[in-house]
Amino acid sequence: MNTPVEQFREDATRVAADEQHRRLIQGALGKYYVARDRQVGRFQDWQSARQAAAETKWEAVNHLDQHLVSFAEKLEARGGKVFWANNSAEARDYILKICREKKARCIVKSKAMTAEEIHLNAALEKDGYEVVESDLGEYIVQLRKEAPYHFVFPAMHLSRGDIRELFDREIGNVKSDNPEDLTMVARRVLRKKYCEADIGISGANFAIAETGMISITENEGNARLTTSLPRVHIAVMGIEKVLPRLEDLALFLPMLGTAGAGQAITCYNSMIGGPRQPGECDGPEEFHVVLLDNHRTRLLADPEQRDALHCIRCGACLNVCPIFKNIGGHSYGTTYQGPIGSVITPHFRGLQDWKHLSNASSLCGACTSACPVKIDIHHHLLHNRRNAATQKPRWWEKLAYKIAAGVLNWPEFYAFATAVGRVMQKFHPLVKGSVLDPARAWTKTRELPQVAPQSFRDYWRARERKP
Amino acid sequence: MKITLFIPCFVNTCFPQAGISMVQIFERLGHTVDYREQVVCCGQPAFNSGYWDEARLVDERTLGLLADTDAVVSASGSCGAMLKVFYPQLFDGRPQADAARALAAKCFEFSDFLVTKLGVTDLGARFPGKVTFHDGCHGLRELGVKSQPRKLLEKVRDLELVEMKEAESCCGFGGTFAAKFPMISTAMGEVKCASALETGADFIVSNDSSCLMQIAGLLDRQGRKVRTLHIAEVLASR
Ligand code: SF4
Repeated sequence: MNTPVEQFREDATRVAADEQHRRLIQGALGKYYVARDRQVGRFQDWQSARQAAAETKWEAVNHLDQHLVSFAEKLEARGGKVFWANNSAEARDYILKICREKKARCIVKSKAMTAEEIHLNAALEKDGYEVVESDLGEYIVQLRKEAPYHFVFPAMHLSRGDIRELFDREIGNVKSDNPEDLTMVARRVLRKKYCEADIGISGANFAIAETGMISITENEGNARLTTSLPRVHIAVMGIEKVLPRLEDLALFLPMLGTAGAGQAITCYNSMIGGPRQPGECDGPEEFHVVLLDNHRTRLLADPEQRDALHCIRCGACLNVCPIFKNIGGHSYGTTYQGPIGSVITPHFRGLQDWKHLSNASSLCGACTSACPVKIDIHHHLLHNRRNAATQKPRWWEKLAYKIAAGVLNWPEFYAFATAVGRVMQKFHPLVKGSVLDPARAWTKTRELPQVAPQSFRDYWRARERKP
Repeated sequence: MKITLFIPCFVNTCFPQAGISMVQIFERLGHTVDYREQVVCCGQPAFNSGYWDEARLVDERTLGLLADTDAVVSASGSCGAMLKVFYPQLFDGRPQADAARALAAKCFEFSDFLVTKLGVTDLGARFPGKVTFHDGCHGLRELGVKSQPRKLLEKVRDLELVEMKEAESCCGFGGTFAAKFPMISTAMGEVKCASALETGADFIVSNDSSCLMQIAGLLDRQGRKVRTLHIAEVLASR
C-alpha cells in the first residue's frame, strides 16, 4: 500500500494536469466569489465582524472546560444525553450500542464531517445497518462509494451530467439533467427513508453553552427531517464547536452563510435543545450528543496553533485555495481537505505522516485572508514544517541548507559560483529535461532564467569605480 | 535620504536590471543609494522548508550587515516580507530579537516605499504598451501592498493598465515548493498565465521577480511573445 505522501503525490499530480477538472472547479467557484463578495458587502464592516468572531471563538476555546460543562448540564436538564468521547473508537462504540439497544434497522444521516472523521458509516454498515445520507451532495458521493470532495460541497467535482448518469444507473430511469429534476429524484427516495428510519444522525455547526442547544445549518431541510422524524436523534460534534452565548449566533450564522456559500444566511437553521418534552407532539424520544475530542485537545495544548480550533468549517479557505482548486479534494486523502485540513490533520493523525500537506503549499495566504474567524492558516503550515524538521530532520536537506549558508555567507565564493553557473548554463541544453538535468523538476514544464552577463554586484562595482 | 537596496540572490544573478532601475529611480529623486555586496540572501528557502537553524546562519549575518542603515528597500516583495515579517519571528526570544525588530521597522517593499514613505507616484516615466499587473502574494498579503504599484503605473505616460481576473491568485512559484511539487506549481502557473494572456497585455509586470521567473518560465516554454518586467524597469523608462 502507498504511504500517505506517495498517494498524495500520485493523485495530486494526476488531477493537477486534468484540464477538465480545472474548468469544472473554476466554473463552480466562479459563481461563489461573486455571491460571497455581494454578501460581504452587506456587512457594515466585514473586517470588524471577522475580528469580533475571532475574539468570541478565542474566548470559547480558551474556556472550553467551562463552556462544555455548562452546555452538557443545560442539555441534560432537559433530558438530553451527553457522551464524552476521547477518540473515534469510543464515539463509534457508543453509537453502535444505541443502535443495538433500539433494535434499529435503518439509519438516516444528515451531513456530519465528524461522522466521516470517525468512519461511522463503515462501522454501522459492517454491523448490518442500512445507512442513508440525506444531504443531496452526501447522497451522491455515497452512491458513488466515494469520500466527500469538499467538506461543505461534497459533490462539487461532478457535473450535472455525471449525476444524471449516476442516478440513472443506481436509481433507474433518470433522463433529465436539470438540477431541479435531479433533486426531485433524490427526494423521492429519501422521503421514504425518513419515515422508515429508527435513528437519525446529524452533526452540529454550533453548540451554545448558555442554553445547552445545538445549532444546525443546512440548505435542503434534510437535517430538520433527520433530527425530528426518527425515534432517536444522535448528534456528533467536535468539542470546539461550542459558543458561549445564544446571541453569538447573530454573528456566526450570517457569517457562515456568507463565507461558506455566499448566502446572506443559510436556508434552514435549527436549534435543538433536547428530546421531545412532556406535552409536545413531535420530536425524537431520545436525543444524544457525542462530544468528540479525537486529538482536538492536542491542538488545544499548542498555544501557537490553538486558533485552528476556531474553525467553523465554512470551507472558505478551500474555495480560495489555488492548491485545492488544482489538485481537488480527494488528493488530500483526509477528512478535512484544503488549507485547514493541512494544518489540523498532522495534529490528529501524526505530523511525520501528514507533513507533506503543509509542504505542498506556496504559502500564498489566500486562505488566511478568506477565513472569517481569522485563523492564521498559512503561517501554521510554516509552523508544521518547522516542527516536522526539528522533530525529524532529513539529513540531506539539513546538509544542503548548511552548505548553502556557507556559500551565501562567503560572497566572493558566491560570485565565483555565479560565474561558473554562467558558463555551465551554455551546456545546459545538452541535458535539459533529461534525467541528467539537475533542474529537471523545473525544466520539465518551464524554461530556466538566464544568468545575466553582468550581475548586479558587478554593475555596482563598475559604477563605484567610475569617478 | 540614504536608501540601502536589498538585492536578493536571484535578482543579483538573473534579473539585475530590476536593481539597476531602482538605483536610477532613487537617484533621479535625489536620494543616495547604498548597496552592500556582502548581503546576498534573506534565507527564505531554509526558513520556508522548516530549517530555521540553518536559516539563522544566513540571517544573523544579514541582520548584522543591515544594522546601520536608514531604510532598506527590497527588490522583491517576498524577500521584503522575510525581513519585515519573518525575521522578528525567527529571532523571537534570541539575543538578535531587538535587531530584527529594528530592521523590520525600516524595511520596505519597493513600490510601497515610493508611495507611502517618499510620497511620490509620478516618476516622469514613459512606457508605451499594454500592461497587466501580478500581485506577488507575499507583497500583497504579508505587507499589504495592493494600491501602491497601481498608483505608480497609472502615472506612467502611454501605459495602458488592464487588470487580469486572477491578479491576486498565486503564480505557483512558492520557492522550494516549485521544485518539491512541480506539477502542482505548474498547474497554478498555467491558471495565472491564462488569465494574464486573456487581457491581451504585451507585458506582465510585478513587484516580485521570483513570481516573474515562474510566469516567464511557463510563457517561454509555450512560445508566447508576452514579456515580463519588474515594476522598477517600467518606472525607470523614459
Ligand atoms: S479555517 Fe477558516 S476559512 Fe477554513 S473552513 Fe475553517 S473557518 Fe472556514
